[in-house]
Amino acid sequence: MLQINQLNVSYGSIQALRDLSLSIEPGQIVSLIGSNGAGKSTLMMTIAGVIRQSSGEILFEGEVLDKQAYKVLARGIGLVPERRRLYANLTVKENLLMGAFLRKDNSGIKADFERMAATFPIIAQREKQLAGTLSGGEQQMVAIARGLMSRPKLLMLDEPSLGLAPMIIDQVFSIIREIRAAGTTIFMTEQNAVKALENSDYAYVIESGQNVIAGSGGDLLKDETVRNTYLGIRTQS
Amino acid sequence: MSVYIQGILILGMISVIEVTGMTILTGFTGIFSLGHASFIACGAYTAAILTKNFGVNFYIAITAGALLAGILSFIIGIPTFRAKLKSDYFAIATLGFGEAFRVILEHLSITQGARGLPGIAQHSNFWNVLIITVLTILVARNFIFSKYGRRAIALREDMTAAEMMGIDVYKTQMLSLFISATMAGLGGGLFAHYIGFIQPSMFTQMQSSMLIISVVAGGIGSITGPVIAAMLFTSIPEVLRVANLWRMVVYGAVLVAVMVLRPQGIMGFRELRLPRFLRKNESGFNHG
Repeated sequence: MLQINQLNVSYGSIQALRDLSLSIEPGQIVSLIGSNGAGKSTLMMTIAGVIRQSSGEILFEGEVLDKQAYKVLARGIGLVPERRRLYANLTVKENLLMGAFLRKDNSGIKADFERMAATFPIIAQREKQLAGTLSGGEQQMVAIARGLMSRPKLLMLDEPSLGLAPMIIDQVFSIIREIRAAGTTIFMTEQNAVKALENSDYAYVIESGQNVIAGSGGDLLKDETVRNTYLGIRTQS
Repeated sequence: MSVYIQGILILGMISVIEVTGMTILTGFTGIFSLGHASFIACGAYTAAILTKNFGVNFYIAITAGALLAGILSFIIGIPTFRAKLKSDYFAIATLGFGEAFRVILEHLSITQGARGLPGIAQHSNFWNVLIITVLTILVARNFIFSKYGRRAIALREDMTAAEMMGIDVYKTQMLSLFISATMAGLGGGLFAHYIGFIQPSMFTQMQSSMLIISVVAGGIGSITGPVIAAMLFTSIPEVLRVANLWRMVVYGAVLVAVMVLRPQGIMGFRELRLPRFLRKNESGFNHG
């Protein structure tokens, strides 16, 4: 579905991604694991068209992906950015309608809003409340719902569990599995590597902008290097 | 109405036209420019040269001046917005642009350099300036309530989020800049035909700052707030003429007081509105 070949991205003289390659198959949950500054957010922002790549190619459904953010979204790739970035002064409902900004089918938008309200109980409860007054977990739910309102084929989630209580994190992951079950492919970055790997079909580990290791979620959970470096389960020597 | 008071009102309304443009750019799109004096100058010189040297009709001349100012804004807008310059970086780029444009005016022969352009016919009067001011405010209001206005506000609130929602950031920013430059140019054309004489030193960075000051003091996110502020800031120095040299000090003190007492500006986010029975039906959140 999404194929990235030899991608390089630089911020001025600092290279953030080096010859990074990965691929995402339709219907999967794919996660991207790495420490702070490994380039996880940079990769997502580059796919979304917010940051420009210096070389390499990004293919979506076999075609070169556009480089402007609004065209990427129109092609069917949505990003729920890090720290959610809701419109604090708009209500929950208005935030969701913003998510459907590019769509013209008013009846479809309405139906999707009803669907979101059914999936995320807090949206039904807090429909008219200002998004800025919600708790972190509630905001994350609204942000994910807003991301889904554009009906993406591939939904990218940047750190969906950031700053959330452990119980809420479980809820977020169960929502993510539901979204996949409804037919949307998921690509997410996570600091919480154990949780991410447990819930992923496939995962990539990156470090300093380079591929380190890749494999199914279960395999990586068992992998010695991954356990030592990213899961903090160190075998004392 | 005495000629003196009428004069102050005319200058005030011209300032309102220029500030209304700035409101769209700064108040609703969240972009700070320190170079709008160049667009005022462009409109003033274009219109003045057209009526003076080529005998063009006054209204056609000020329209041409406004449009040329809008086109001029592409020169600074295209490279800076393409490079995604934000906030202070964009402000500094426009500051440089404004100063460069003034220096160009000082060295062109058609503008008669630093000596200025005297003998411009005084076509601007109280009534035509009033009508143009009202039209400008209506255009600005309709822009804000249009889908373009909503895009601009989405950018002001959170640029990254707006980009994620599928808003074409570059096009939205360019459009706001174009409209604000056009309105600045329109104000410039009226100004030239009211004063009757223009020279490059009238369009310094001080003038650009005055526009920003009116928007911020009037209220970022309001149209009527900056309109009130623009009228106030034109008339306060006149009222204080009795205080001679001290008037600019008082003027500064008024500014400090506004910012300390009402950091959100005179109107904040709100608008002065017509009484309910005079208003047509206004819909709430209109999607698109």
